[in-house]
Amino acid sequence: MDYSEKVMDHFANPRNCRMMEDANGVGTVGNPTCGDLMTIYIKVNEDEVIEDISFQTFGCGAAIATSSMITEIAVGKTLEEALKISRNDVAEELDGLPPIKMHCSNLAADGLQAAIENYYENNQ
Amino acid sequence: MYLDNSATTQVSEEVFKEMEPYFIEEYGNPSTLYGIGRESKKALTLARERVAKAINAKPDEIIFTSGGSESDNLAIKGIAFKLSKKGKHIITTNIEHPAVKNTLGFLESLDFKVTYLPVNEEGIISVEELKEAITDETILITIMHANNELGTIQPIEEIGKIAREKGIKFHTDAVQSFGKIEVDVEKLNVDLLSLSSHKINGPKGVGALYIKKGTRVVPLIHGGGQEKGIRSGTENVPGIVGFGKACELAAERLDEHYEKLSSIRDELIDKVLTTIPESYLNGSKETRLPNLVNFRFKAIEGESLILLLDAKGYQASTGSACSSNTLEASPVLTALGLDPVDVHGSLRISLAPESDAFDVDEFVNTIAEAVGRLRQMSPLWNQELDYDGVMCKKDHDDCRRC
Ligand SMILES: Cc1ncc(COP(=O)(O)O)c(C=O)c1O
Ligand code: FES
Repeated sequence: MDYSEKVMDHFANPRNCRMMEDANGVGTVGNPTCGDLMTIYIKVNEDEVIEDISFQTFGCGAAIATSSMITEIAVGKTLEEALKISRNDVAEELDGLPPIKMHCSNLAADGLQAAIENYYENNQ
Repeated sequence: MYLDNSATTQVSEEVFKEMEPYFIEEYGNPSTLYGIGRESKKALTLARERVAKAINAKPDEIIFTSGGSESDNLAIKGIAFKLSKKGKHIITTNIEHPAVKNTLGFLESLDFKVTYLPVNEEGIISVEELKEAITDETILITIMHANNELGTIQPIEEIGKIAREKGIKFHTDAVQSFGKIEVDVEKLNVDLLSLSSHKINGPKGVGALYIKKGTRVVPLIHGGGQEKGIRSGTENVPGIVGFGKACELAAERLDEHYEKLSSIRDELIDKVLTTIPESYLNGSKETRLPNLVNFRFKAIEGESLILLLDAKGYQASTGSACSSNTLEASPVLTALGLDPVDVHGSLRISLAPESDAFDVDEFVNTIAEAVGRLRQMSPLWNQELDYDGVMCKKDHDDCRRC
């Protein structure tokens, strides 16, 4: 696979890769049968700002790198801002992904969205 | 350290030396009569003798081709087209190399019928099922000798006996087994057998098809009538010379290499399975090539494992979809009946005979570390996660339809 240096860096040194016991939003997306599964944990404060975010991923290099990257992009953002993070944003921040791996970028954006939706469900 | 020798190998020094004169000095066309052409012709004859000797065949039973893929194509289409009036049924397995599998797929589009025999969890077919699959229409059985992903070996001798009794042509793809275990066309009872040079420290783009005397095939490439009209085109003289030398060396060193490789292999299997929790061997432990092992590790994905190992200087490969260009998980591993999730966590290691400096302990520790690291990241490891609820979105554009 032709991965950019940034992808390799996020893969080799993933940021915020851990389970979060006290998360108030959790989203899991992907399908392990297809080779990837991603869980995004968020801790949202009273101002609806993502105070802490982490991930756990079963998947290829790109899946791990995109999860890591999205945690960096999303931390400190309000939920409204975070919902606007698009699939392309993640890939762009990583200096691109091989075409066949673009779905990993989608997965990360979907994972964050799922976590935010879960937060809203929990806190209506 | 290069651990992907079932993908391809390095050309050995001796082979390279043998080839060298045939580029600039001895560039003659073997079909011509003057001196320089005669030299090329002599070289071809010697190479043919060497290949034949290595598999206990006669020189005129060897047809040089562009490699394993062409040999498979020539054997299968060549017999199918030759015998289509007699019948249109072919028997194979569900773990064949794409060179066989896709050739058969093509024949299906021309109204041939193909039976794909399943393998058991060891990766081996049942001879009983083979017998039952034979019909009056069956013209060809094509079953690989050793599998390129698993390293497991099929009971070719026995299958050959059955085929011969029934008067059915029998082809085997011996690309992976040749040079690793004994390949003797007489003992194996085969009519056709494919070989490839680049898996045995020979050059790429050359191979051979053994065609037993009296067996007729329709050629794929028509032209000037080289290779007894079965494979036209001016011969790849340097390649064939290198292949011949590689065959000679492989045959000479077979026993020595077998001893050496199988002892490293057994140590590797033993240490991986005892050191790494939830690690498994794919395919039979006993009935396998001396140089090839395939493991799987629970809750991790193969491509990321390959990347971590590569960073530590080990080049191996995987059967995971995520490292392939098609995003399709290995059909061979899937054929073993494994949980599709587990298929993704596989690692194929194939050793070279010159793996002397290979430190098994160090390698196993590196794998253990990488697997441990990926498991720490994995939501599938040690967690009661209900991922059944995470449904694949088959109607999405980005669905990979696995
Ligand atoms: C079992 C098997 N058959 C056929 C081939 C194709 O051989 P070649 O690369 O020489 O076309 C390979 C190697 O890729 C193989 O492993
Ligand atoms: S993503 Fe695997 S079937 Fe849809």
